Amino acid sequence: MLIARVIGELVATQKDPSHEGRKLLLVQALNLDGTDRGDAVVALDAVDAGVGDKVLLTTEGFSAMTSVGRPNSPIDMAVIGFIDHIELVDGVH
Amino acid sequence: MYFGRVVGSVWSTVKHPHLTGKRLLVVQPLTPELKITGKQLICTDSVGAGAGELVYWVRGKEASFPFAPDEPPVDTTVVGIVDEVHVKRPVTTPPPVERKSARKK
Repeated sequence: MLIARVIGELVATQKDPSHEGRKLLLVQALNLDGTDRGDAVVALDAVDAGVGDKVLLTTEGFSAMTSVGRPNSPIDMAVIGFIDHIELVDGVH
Repeated sequence: MYFGRVVGSVWSTVKHPHLTGKRLLVVQPLTPELKITGKQLICTDSVGAGAGELVYWVRGKEASFPFAPDEPPVDTTVVGIVDEVHVKRPVTTPPPVERKSARKK
């Protein structure tokens, strides 16, 4: 799972039926210092996240499908939680 | 899933039997601001996408699920045609973090 920020939404009318009824979020994965980590990706929304939210992003099929309740469907990324706070121990990382 | 644009298609006459009838698209990955990023790739098509259209695709075993109960040997499939993109990145970028470098003198 990755720390990420929701930076936008996609609108798609023609899509796989399993994606109906869920928001398509544009999500930018982040490093611990808040800088961008690679390119933004598209993820289905499992927790009603919105633009600007810092979230937990799963990038693996099984967890993404089960989190949105659509097993055996073409979903490989999902937003599965909100991040309120990250605590790092000094001198370890 | 990943975001990009269909920039072409691939013709293949001799292929795995399970790939028969599947369209193969050349896709260019894009940033949300529609700037080119990364290299083009080939995706199968499950939604009828055509050249020039913005799409998103799925990677991995999940790429074969739109063709169920068929199980074609594919690893990337276009699963949606994008009509609109709404992007709102944070205006301020976070300040660079000071790193304590362990340089040898």
